[in-house]
Amino acid sequence: MKVAYWPGCVSRGFTPELHGAMAAVAPLLDIELIELDRANCCGAGVISEHNQELADTLNARTFAMAQQTDGELMMNICSTCQGAQTECQERLDASAVYRTQINSTLSSEGLHYEPGVTNKNFLWLLVEEIGLDTLRQKVKRPLTNLRVGPFYGCYIVRPAARLGIDHDHPRHTYLEQVIDTLGGTVIDYAGSHKCCGFPIITMNKTASLRQAGRHLGDAADAQADCVVTPCPLCHLNLDLQQPLAEALVGRELKMPVLHLPQLVGLALGLDPAALGFRRHIVKPTAVIDWTESVVAAAAAA
Amino acid sequence: MSEFTLRLRRYDPQSGEPPYWESHTIELEPHRSVLEGILQAKGRFDGSIGIRCSCRAAICGSCGVRINGQPGLACHTHLDEALARSKDGLISVEPMGNMPVIKDLIVDMDAVHWKKIQSVTPWLLAREPVPEREYLVDREAMVDVTQSMACIQCGACVSDCLAMEVDPDFTGPAALAKSYRFVGDPRDAEHRERLTALSEDPHGLYTCTHCFKCVDACPKGVNPMGQIMRLRRIAGSDFHIEDRNNGYRHEHAFVNNVRRNGLLHEADLLPDSYGGKFNPRAVPELIASLPVALRGVLRGKITPAKALLHPHKASKELRAIFDRIESKPERYELNLYVSGTDEDNEPTATEATA
Repeated sequence: MKVAYWPGCVSRGFTPELHGAMAAVAPLLDIELIELDRANCCGAGVISEHNQELADTLNARTFAMAQQTDGELMMNICSTCQGAQTECQERLDASAVYRTQINSTLSSEGLHYEPGVTNKNFLWLLVEEIGLDTLRQKVKRPLTNLRVGPFYGCYIVRPAARLGIDHDHPRHTYLEQVIDTLGGTVIDYAGSHKCCGFPIITMNKTASLRQAGRHLGDAADAQADCVVTPCPLCHLNLDLQQPLAEALVGRELKMPVLHLPQLVGLALGLDPAALGFRRHIVKPTAVIDWTESVVAAAAAA
Repeated sequence: MSEFTLRLRRYDPQSGEPPYWESHTIELEPHRSVLEGILQAKGRFDGSIGIRCSCRAAICGSCGVRINGQPGLACHTHLDEALARSKDGLISVEPMGNMPVIKDLIVDMDAVHWKKIQSVTPWLLAREPVPEREYLVDREAMVDVTQSMACIQCGACVSDCLAMEVDPDFTGPAALAKSYRFVGDPRDAEHRERLTALSEDPHGLYTCTHCFKCVDACPKGVNPMGQIMRLRRIAGSDFHIEDRNNGYRHEHAFVNNVRRNGLLHEADLLPDSYGGKFNPRAVPELIASLPVALRGVLRGKITPAKALLHPHKASKELRAIFDRIESKPERYELNLYVSGTDEDNEPTATEATA
C-alpha cells in the first residue's frame, strides 16, 4: 500500500536509526512511503500549549500535504505526533467555521485541509491495514525466547476516546499483539502504558528521570531482554538519558530500547547492523546476542 | 440475578500485617454497581470491609477506588462493565493510588488531595470595586469554568497522576483544575498572582508530564490536563511569567526553534530552554549532559555537523504562518466544551421541521 509518510522531527534528528529502520522495513511489508519532506513539526503538545490556533494550522498544513499525495492514508512513526496531530484534527474536523479560518492561512501556499484525514501510527497500520496474519507470514526469524516489554508512550494510548480506542479497536493492546505475532514473549510490567518523563526533562529533571528509571527497572525486574516503543521521544528519555536515569534511581539498568520498526525488521530477517542498533546509547547486546545465536543455530541445522 | 466474584484488596496499617487479596462472590443484577456488590459482601460475609460511600449516585465523590486497575467511582461502575474489562473473570477492587491507605478501600484524602486543593486558594478573590449588583461577565467565560466546577473531589485523577507518582509534592491535576476555575473566572482579581505562584513552584504548573491519565480518570469530564494547558498558555502568553523552572523558556524555545527550522532541532532545544548556550543557568546543565552527548557522538547518533549546522530551514511560507497567527491582537482558542461540534449543533429532526 502507498502511504503519505510523516517521519516526524526526532527520527531525522537524534534517532536517525528509526528513520533508517522504517525505510528498510517498509518494502518488506509492501508499504510505499511518500515522504512529506516539506511538512513541519507537530508541536508535540508544546506549541498548542503556547497557541492552539498555531498548532492547529501547522498540523492542518501537514494533513493538507498528505491529502495532495495519492497515498491511501497518512502514516506516522511517533506516538507524540499521533497524539498531538489527533488533538488538532479533533478541533479541525469539529467546526466548518474554524476550518475556513485555518484554511485561509494555508491558502497562500496553495494548501487546503478537507476534514477526515486518516492518520495512523505504524503500529496501528500494522494491525489494522496489513493485518497480523499477513505479518505472521512474513516473519523469517521468529523472535523465539526474546523477552520484549512494550512501552507505548502516553500520546498513543490516551485519551482513549479521542484516539479511537474501543472494543473493536483495542489499540492499547496492539504492541503486545505485534510482539506475539513476531514470535516474541510479551513481558507484563507496570510501566508499559506510563509516561517516560521526557516532556518535563528541562522543567523537573528529577521527576522526569525517575519515571524513565522506574519503568526500565520494572521491565528489568520482569526479566525483559529489551523494551520496544513506537515513540522516538520516549526513546530519548529511555535510551539517550538512561545513564542519567541509572544514576538517579541508583541501579544499573542496561536495558536496550528498540524502536518498533527495528523489532519488526529483526523478525523479518534484517541484519541488526542494517537496523542501526549501533547508534543506541545502551547497546542492545541482549538482542544482538540473541540474533547471532538464532543465525548460528539456523546455520548449524 | 447473576453471580460476580469481587477480589478486594484488604489492608489494615495498624495490624502490622501486609495487604492481601480476599474474594467474595455476590449475587446482583448485572446493571447494579460495584459499590452495591461491595456493600453486599460487607453485609453478608465480612462487616469489617472498609469502604467509604454516601450518595451512591456519582455526586458526593466518596467512593473513588481502582477497579481492575482503572480509577473510578464504585457507585458509577456497573458490575457487567467491570467484568467485561477484567482479564481473569474477577472484579478487582483496590484503594486509589498516590494516597496513604487508612483501611482497605479507604484512603487518606486529607493528607494528599485536600491539602493540595487548599494550597491553590480555592475561593474567589473578588475584583474591586465589588459592584452593587451582580458582576457582568461573558457567557462563554462562565460556561468555560463550569467544566472545572463539575469536579466532585473524588480524587480519581490524583490517584492516577503519573507525575505525582514520582514527585509526591506535585500540585496535581485536581488542584490545578481548581486553580483554573478561578484563573478562568473574569470576576477574580488575582490571576497573575495565582499563576506566578503555580509557575514558580518547582512542583507546580510545569511538573505535569502531558500523560492524559487524569483526562481518562475523571468520571465527570473535567479534563484536568486541558485546564493545566490553559493555565500554562495564560501564564506564558498573556502574563509572560518567566518562571525559575524553565517552563516559559522551554515553551518559547520550542516555538522559536520550529519557526526557524520547520522541524524541531533538538541540539538547540536544551540550551535554549535554559536561556541559551552562554547563559549561566545553562552551563551546569550542559556540563551534566556532556557525557551523554559525547556518547551520542561516539555512536553516530549525534554528529557534530548535525548538531552545529541546521540541516533543515523553515520555508518563508511556514514562517509567515507563525507571523500571521502570533501577530493577532488576541489569541484564538476553539473550546469544544463551550462551542460543541458542528454535529452537536445540528438541528434535530423536530427542530428542523418546527
